Amino acid sequence: MLAALVVSGGAFAVIAASGINDNLVYYWTPTDLHSNGAKAYGATIRLGGMVSAGSIRKHGGSTVEFDVHDGVKTVHVKTMTVPPQMFRENIGVVVEGTMVRAGYFQSNRLMVSHNNEYKAPKAGHPVEREELEKMLHTVDEGKS
Amino acid sequence: MIAALGRILILGSLLAAAAGALLGFASARTRSFDGLRWARRMAYVYAALIMGAALLMEYALLTHDFSVAYVAQVGSRSVPVWVTIVSLWSSLEGSLLFWGFVLGAYIAIAVWFTRGLYAEYQPAAIGVWLSCATFFSFLLAGPANPFGTVVNPPLDGPGPNPLLQNHALMAVHPPFLYLGYVGMTIPFGFACAALMKGKLGHDILKPLRESLLLPWVFQSMAIMLGGWWAYEVLGWGGYWAWDPVENASLLPWLTATAALHSLMVVERRGILKGWTVTLIQATFLLVILGTFMTRSGVFNSVHSFTQSAIGPTLLVFLAAALLFTVALLSFRIDRLESEGRIEGVATREAMFVINNLVFVLLTFTVLIGTVFPLIVEAVSGKQMSVGRPYFDSMVVPAGVALLFILGIGPALPWGRSTREQMRKALLPPLIGAALLVAIGLLAGVRNAWTLVTLAFGGYAAWVTIVQIGRGHILRGRRRFASYIVHAAVIVVLIAVAVSSSMRETTELHFTSGQTQRASGYDVKFLGVFQQQEAHRSSLIGRFSVSRDGKEVTLLEPRMNQYEMMREPIGTPDVYTTARGDFYMSLSNIDPATQTASITVYSSPLIVWIWIAVIVMALGALFGLRPKKVVAVRDAKAAVPVGSAPEPA
Repeated sequence: MLAALVVSGGAFAVIAASGINDNLVYYWTPTDLHSNGAKAYGATIRLGGMVSAGSIRKHGGSTVEFDVHDGVKTVHVKTMTVPPQMFRENIGVVVEGTMVRAGYFQSNRLMVSHNNEYKAPKAGHPVEREELEKMLHTVDEGKS
Repeated sequence: MIAALGRILILGSLLAAAAGALLGFASARTRSFDGLRWARRMAYVYAALIMGAALLMEYALLTHDFSVAYVAQVGSRSVPVWVTIVSLWSSLEGSLLFWGFVLGAYIAIAVWFTRGLYAEYQPAAIGVWLSCATFFSFLLAGPANPFGTVVNPPLDGPGPNPLLQNHALMAVHPPFLYLGYVGMTIPFGFACAALMKGKLGHDILKPLRESLLLPWVFQSMAIMLGGWWAYEVLGWGGYWAWDPVENASLLPWLTATAALHSLMVVERRGILKGWTVTLIQATFLLVILGTFMTRSGVFNSVHSFTQSAIGPTLLVFLAAALLFTVALLSFRIDRLESEGRIEGVATREAMFVINNLVFVLLTFTVLIGTVFPLIVEAVSGKQMSVGRPYFDSMVVPAGVALLFILGIGPALPWGRSTREQMRKALLPPLIGAALLVAIGLLAGVRNAWTLVTLAFGGYAAWVTIVQIGRGHILRGRRRFASYIVHAAVIVVLIAVAVSSSMRETTELHFTSGQTQRASGYDVKFLGVFQQQEAHRSSLIGRFSVSRDGKEVTLLEPRMNQYEMMREPIGTPDVYTTARGDFYMSLSNIDPATQTASITVYSSPLIVWIWIAVIVMALGALFGLRPKKVVAVRDAKAAVPVGSAPEPA
């Protein structure tokens, strides 16, 4: 009886651990994404940052391309989703998706920060890491 | 003035609770009758003071007394009255005060119902209840004081978090959640008392079961209402996202459900006593963990309105409660001796055990997925979350397994049975399984898990209906009630499986006057309208939805811009039918060009989830029999209730 419990408990632990490992969602800034290198390909990432000025390009359908930066590094993003109402330049966004080998971030979810306290940094200043992290967590409201 | 009075009430409640807790524990040791009498009085005093404090705050909110800090924080003259009333629980300090209100009510009721009864357990139980009360009054007296004074009161306040003003369901979901969460304190007290006494007799089973069942009903409703609210407000077409705060409400429900089942085995067979007590205590600990997760700001979401300093305090309380529980269990659990044993795998009691194991497995699965990111962040500083696929891949099989047991268990008799009995019990329900699968296939269900759910659901439905037909509604009241609950659970699980596996999502872009097709409906965009209210302004997209050329409904998803928020909040609109929901959410709307982009979700059977949970709650309430209490008191508890001929 006890042995059966231990075995099944162990099996459960192994299944749960691998289940978690395969389904982690990383909360990264563009700097984190660059420093993690190859790990970014295929991993589920929530990338938070500012939409670079003049970078938004809308194509036919709902494909949108833009750059997300944190004042240090920049990541090019392509998304197929309809951008939310407030989407514009210099606004904090969180995109969920993954890095593809072609060298851009393929996103299936685009969220605009709902954080009222979030203030865009002054020109030339890097975005504060803490602000970005706060933002990454405050867009949790829309799920897909 | 009000602030000072509020302070006095809260400090008074703290004193009464602390004194009552000490008296309770002391009289449990000395068996002093006077001690117990005073502990009971203190419990009533505590309840009166803390409930008075909450009502006083409600008064301050309604009279817009901005000299009270909490009113200045969440009050506003421009919001409707119902928003003002629910503001009590819209932010941290007020929600703890509301917690106190509910705890006071529960303790007063529990003390009232135990008068003259359960002499062995009562003093220690009161001690435990009032210890919890002491802690929450301490929070209100110190770290989360709602009755601070504002020296220069403002003329108006910001109002509560706009997301909470966005839908009336927000007025209902939190009270139910508190009634569920806080209520778990009462069975926790009984369980601790039983362990301290080293005995779980038949007489204590009834109050244990009823004090667990009542908050379980509220908790079930709260989970459903939370999901319903998310569905009606958040605009992503779903109701459950395995968000940490959602999980926080589910975890204690899982262990409480397991405990309700194992309690029946204790009642019938006198086994699983220690296990049941452990489950009840785990439920309470998970409540405190959930409170910590949602109230300390470790997770940011709709539910954590403020980053607060009470996180560490709650963590200390959780640690203390955990230590107390573990110590109590390790010293005393072996005293709760078994009176029987399980006689085989194919018996009803064995099915109860398997049911319990699956529930515990589910609890661990959800718990691990929820706290894993917290632990990683605490250790390495890296931020991450566990994605939805983890939960789905773990929980779906467990849910299906539970549905399987829900069918097999009640079909099997208690104790050993002959081969012939088994065949008679287990074979006919297969017809139900085949029937439901056939219906599913005809309706277009192809997903394997959904078909399995339909098969087990059909089997379980057959068993349940036969059982309902067999008993007498009033004489077998508990039995009848439990099968109503089972029937509702079957409906919930089927609706969840079908609606999530057969959901259709369509994204559409409109210019005014255009008509497009989505999930069998023709959607015509009538234009953008603006609406101005005192506390918000809205952009409304108006859509005419028709089927086969006949207009069925007018949908008006909107973007609400609240005064105090930088970003607008979208509110979807839903056309609900018994067959399924047609759900429309705005992603973009422009009044200048009269264009709009929408996402349409078509999900079958959704409405049955809400309906079935309400039936489940009502069914469980029907099973609570206050009638019997009188009978027991007449007999001065000489005859243990549980040993009377048993209603399943």
